[in-house]
Amino acid sequence: MAEVDREQLLKVAHLARLELREDEVERLGQQLNDILAAVSKVSELDLADVPATSHPLEVVNVWDEDEPRDCLPVDEALANAPEREGSFFKVPPGGAQ
Amino acid sequence: MSDWELVCGLEVHCHLKTRTKMFCRCALEYGAGENTHTCPVCLAHPGALPVPNGRAIEMTILLGLALDCEIAEHAVFARKNYFYPDLPKGYQISQYENPLGGPGKFAVPTADGDREIGIVRAHLEEDAAKTVHAGGATGRSVGADYSLVDFNRGGTPLLEIVSAPDLRSADEAMWFLRLLRQTIAELGVSDAEMEKGTLRADVNVSVRRRGEEGYRPRWEIKNMNSFTFIGRAIEAAFRQQVEAHEAGEELVQSTYDYDPDTDRLTVHRSKEEADDYRYFPEPDLVPVEPPAELVERLRGQILERPADRIRRLADQLGFAAAAELVTTGNEPKAEALAAEGVEWMAAAAIAMNRGDFLLENAAALAKVVQANVTREALDEAFSAAADGAIDADTYLAQTALGDESELAPIIDAVLAANPEQVETYRGGKEGVLGFLVGQVMRETGGKADPKVVNRLLVERLRS
Amino acid sequence: MTGNATIDTLRLTAEGAKDMLERKEISGAELFAAYADAIGERDDELHCYLHTCDDPGGDGLPIAVKDVIGTKGIPTTAGSKILEGYVPVYDATVVERLKSHGLRILGKTNTDEFAMGSSTENSAFGPSHNPWDPSRVPGGSGGGSAAAVSAGLAPWALGSDTGGSIKQPSALCGNVGLRPTYGTVSRYGVVAFASSLDQVGPVAKNVRDCAYLYSILAGRDPRDSTTVELPQPVELPSAEDVKGLRIGVPKELNEAEGIEPGVAAAVRAAIGKLEELGAEVGECSLPLSVEYGMPCYYLIAPAEASSNLARYDGVRYGFRAEAEERLEMYERTRDEGFGDEPKRRIMVGTYALSAGYYDAFYGQAQKVRTVIKREHDALFETFDALVSPTSPTVAFALGARTADPIAMYLSDLLTIPSCMAGLPGLNIPCGLSEGLPVGLQLVGPQFGEAVLFRIGHVLEQALGFDVVPERLR
Repeated sequence: MAEVDREQLLKVAHLARLELREDEVERLGQQLNDILAAVSKVSELDLADVPATSHPLEVVNVWDEDEPRDCLPVDEALANAPEREGSFFKVPPGGAQ
Repeated sequence: MSDWELVCGLEVHCHLKTRTKMFCRCALEYGAGENTHTCPVCLAHPGALPVPNGRAIEMTILLGLALDCEIAEHAVFARKNYFYPDLPKGYQISQYENPLGGPGKFAVPTADGDREIGIVRAHLEEDAAKTVHAGGATGRSVGADYSLVDFNRGGTPLLEIVSAPDLRSADEAMWFLRLLRQTIAELGVSDAEMEKGTLRADVNVSVRRRGEEGYRPRWEIKNMNSFTFIGRAIEAAFRQQVEAHEAGEELVQSTYDYDPDTDRLTVHRSKEEADDYRYFPEPDLVPVEPPAELVERLRGQILERPADRIRRLADQLGFAAAAELVTTGNEPKAEALAAEGVEWMAAAAIAMNRGDFLLENAAALAKVVQANVTREALDEAFSAAADGAIDADTYLAQTALGDESELAPIIDAVLAANPEQVETYRGGKEGVLGFLVGQVMRETGGKADPKVVNRLLVERLRS
Repeated sequence: MTGNATIDTLRLTAEGAKDMLERKEISGAELFAAYADAIGERDDELHCYLHTCDDPGGDGLPIAVKDVIGTKGIPTTAGSKILEGYVPVYDATVVERLKSHGLRILGKTNTDEFAMGSSTENSAFGPSHNPWDPSRVPGGSGGGSAAAVSAGLAPWALGSDTGGSIKQPSALCGNVGLRPTYGTVSRYGVVAFASSLDQVGPVAKNVRDCAYLYSILAGRDPRDSTTVELPQPVELPSAEDVKGLRIGVPKELNEAEGIEPGVAAAVRAAIGKLEELGAEVGECSLPLSVEYGMPCYYLIAPAEASSNLARYDGVRYGFRAEAEERLEMYERTRDEGFGDEPKRRIMVGTYALSAGYYDAFYGQAQKVRTVIKREHDALFETFDALVSPTSPTVAFALGARTADPIAMYLSDLLTIPSCMAGLPGLNIPCGLSEGLPVGLQLVGPQFGEAVLFRIGHVLEQALGFDVVPERLR
């Protein structure tokens, strides 16, 4: 299994919105490769005819009636907001994504 | 240009008309105060879990059936992962490999027969919340001072219908979308109104030379919410892509914005590379295996679809009239008039041309139409019928002047006053009759019965 | 020792406390105060609690709650800086159920950050300490709950288990912990780590208490689509023997590399005891489940976690880093707010799901999961329960494994396979090695808690293990 290089590492970090410091790139990068090497053991098995398990329990068709339930009062909805303006959540503007 | 072919597909999103959100039971209410319709689930609080809205699932199946889609035996919800403030979980719950609605088709009637447009899939997902960009000059994301987020809309059930790239002209795309929209609205699953935001379309456009196999890179124009602009954007895309290909340029699949002022497409600024959404089956939700009895019950709810009615009425009214009658939503009025004895073709014509009367007035109007009232009286009746209930008797008194003995001198006078037109008519150009009829109508203050006037004039002119 | 002389929090079981309250030997206030006093005395050293609560009144049984479980009005951190200061506006369903039975929350216990870890050393607020030897770890991620129960700082507690986070700390601290059948206990309101694996479960001093607490928690929750009704109601075990029960000893679990000799010996002795008590014990095999269980888990769990942790972005709650611009805010908030272990797992998970890698990693792991489930199902055709050590080792020293993530992951080697299959597992203390508790793991078929309680209860009575740490007696 090929190693994850620095460029790929930074790409993965970006996908996960983690701004890694330089020391982290070094350390976590190495650990990531160690872990990936260990987990890629799964590919040793030939499982072409085996179905995937997404749910441990074989349950289907669970849904609710379309009946409204009480919503949170606005102040509770915003209670933990790091920043708010009126009844809005406030966030810094977007630049380049 | 003419040896290039347009290759166009639409991805249509419509808000489902449920009472509550897709994965929580917050009530949906248009225009409510910010963040007054939220809960831990649609705010993505730690530990919150989704529970599907059964009605939304039914509506999706219903629409899938109306589009002749294969309804999945085993449908799965999936997470589409990306970051944006209006996506509180950091993923959207949607469907990926196992949508509720599989391949289907939508046959669009045209003057030259049906055009079958493939439907790739119909699936169910949740809408994002609303971000408002504040401060800054343009109100757009870039250049704003900050953004404000309102989670009321977040979690609204969204139905996505993906067409195959079978559309071959902008007009065809707009006609397809119009009929699809009406089909959706008539099923009662969505209001499907572009102006209100309950219907949005993404347009995918590419071109290729006629006879060429395969597909060239396409441009995606997202979140269009005006029929006209969709048509124009498609045409602009066609033009710009053909130009580019003929100039030897390399096209790349990208997202574009349409600017109606310049009538051009430009690359959407913020996307540099396609997002990797890392789809995987949603572990918090179990699969949907629609029971056969549910599917059959829903199938029974589908009445004759707009496209089918156009086809049927086209036999009698011709395609254009049938299309207009059905898509203006005035069929019920035509039917009501016909039920009261008005001849069907006339009923259809009246519904198309004077269709803004209230349906409750159909019986009264039918009486008025079938009586021999003056043109003026007829106009008054229809005008009043648009605002409130009318009484036929008010108008029936004003019968048109049809007495031949009264009309004869007026007709003679008009013919005498217009010798040139008489010559023209007798010379073979019978179209001028309309002018002469008009003159007689004017002389009688609109009270003459035009059918009688017409007949008498022709008799005189031919004698 | 200060406090009410008749309440020995080190020994008192929940059932015992209930009896004392019913006989009016003690009041509700005295009971709560006894634990509060014990916490005051010992928690500086052990650091089981991140937050303690005042007595809300009444005479319900006090209980500690792992800090990944949402409690309305009470700070809930999941052991992470990114949720520092976050106060839930709603109760988890399991907490609602506790409250409807009148239980009173003593406080929120320490946990590895986002339940990721095997020692509590990944907690952003410092590790907890093993009450048997405070220089050692109590296990994790639910080390705070396990240590609190063993140290007499709570009669019982709620934990959560994804790959062994209830069972392994119970093994290292010498008490009883149940990882329930997946789907029998609601996850609504529980900070999600790996959705298809997380389960809340009871941590207690004995099997009867454990069963009693499970009966309060279990059952379908309409707010959690992945839950189901129990096929049978939960009964408290009262059996005297295990005659006729067939117990399997999977070779791969019992002879895995890394199992300390002392652990193996204690478990073997306990298995011998089960035979004496009338069980039919037989060797069996899980050919691939143990070898491939770890890589399978360390693909699926991080993948789901990478998605579940995406909501921690500084927008609606929790920590937000200073930033002028949105992308910066996201990236700094998450880099400063998350510790190393969540970052590692988020990155592994993101990678495993990403385009081009999905099939080989996540997709393949989902298939391995099917293999593991089938291997266990096959054994349950012949056996009523499977037995093995819970943890390969006794409690290790603080700091011993923090430099090597994979060494830490190996703590879960024996608990992971049955978790992948969604099966219930019970830890009971079965002996000591080097003066430290050894845990025995009983794994049952789906909805097989009753047989686990029965075997556990009988064995517990027969072994007579003293759950009070020696140094605290």
